Amino acid sequence: MTISTLEFIAIALLLVGMGFSAIRLFLGPTTPDRVVAADTLSVITTAGLAGMAAYFNNPIYLDIALVYGTLAFVGTVAIARAIEGNQK
Amino acid sequence: MNIIGDIFLVIGALFIAVGGLGLLRMPDVYNRIHAGTKAVTLGSLSVLLGIALLHPTWWPKLLVIAGFLLFTNPVAASIIARAAKISGIKPWRTEEQGGE
Amino acid sequence: MDHPQTTRTVSGAHYAFVFSISLLLWVLLSGSLAWEEVALGAFVSLMITLLFGPRFTIYNGIKFSFMAPLYVLLYLVHFFRELIKANFELAMRVLTPSLPIRPEMVEIKTTLESPLGRMLLANSITLTPGTLSVDVTGDTILVHWVYCPPGTDAKMATDAIAASFERHIKRFLV
Repeated sequence: MTISTLEFIAIALLLVGMGFSAIRLFLGPTTPDRVVAADTLSVITTAGLAGMAAYFNNPIYLDIALVYGTLAFVGTVAIARAIEGNQK
Repeated sequence: MNIIGDIFLVIGALFIAVGGLGLLRMPDVYNRIHAGTKAVTLGSLSVLLGIALLHPTWWPKLLVIAGFLLFTNPVAASIIARAAKISGIKPWRTEEQGGE
Repeated sequence: MDHPQTTRTVSGAHYAFVFSISLLLWVLLSGSLAWEEVALGAFVSLMITLLFGPRFTIYNGIKFSFMAPLYVLLYLVHFFRELIKANFELAMRVLTPSLPIRPEMVEIKTTLESPLGRMLLANSITLTPGTLSVDVTGDTILVHWVYCPPGTDAKMATDAIAASFERHIKRFLV
């Protein structure tokens, strides 16, 4: 479970991206802003889960990434439809 | 092979970080969707490609995840943009275009 | 809302397509080619095709031909080139301190008729340089453009945004 320098840089950059999205999630002046941030965060998490599969050398995390991505997509669509419905 | 996989990982993570920065810097929700979708989609694909090079036997499942991301990300982006438009958010404009 | 495509009857090629897509997904997910695995997958795919085949009307727009896989491949190559270009352009905009954007909503017309073709076009527009499809109503796609040149009308926007993708998609979809 040793990681190379390049892999360390990749993990750091991934965390930077997640941090930026999380800041937008907290700041976001409107609800769609927060939904965009949450959606971005979930896609980054999907890539991160695939990375965890490589780190722990265990392909079960790939299934988790797939299911997580599906649920995140369905959740995003549901929230977006809910925002639309509120304004009628 | 390992070093090429690592390079793809770093490129992907770099695009993801740029996407996050764009999410923070852009002035309104539509422009944020641009940053949050394009950069993060290509970044994730590049990360998945890097992992496929590090662990060549995992490629079928990684291919499914990549195809899934490629198909659902733009749909999610469009549907959020549509929700923002229906809820009455006006697109941000530059001063020259008559915005604030 | 009218969906002329959904009322059309489905052909044998349509059933074969649904079956092969289901089986392909099964094999990719299970990740093994042992005969028991494939046989079970074929059984499940057959059940899905028989039960839900007539309802998968979304696939109705596909033009089945021997050249179709090649056209899909050509489309994918074009798409990935545009995706990579889009990302470098976006990274350039985000990393420039003055943030050079000039956003505008433009409407473009598409000549694609099937729901699947329009969805694929809208998805492609979303992932290509500086454009984001916001809404699809009939043959009109509302697009948010990050850097719209001054004095652009609908015709110019269609040519700049959708024309190249439409040409590729038209070869394998209605």
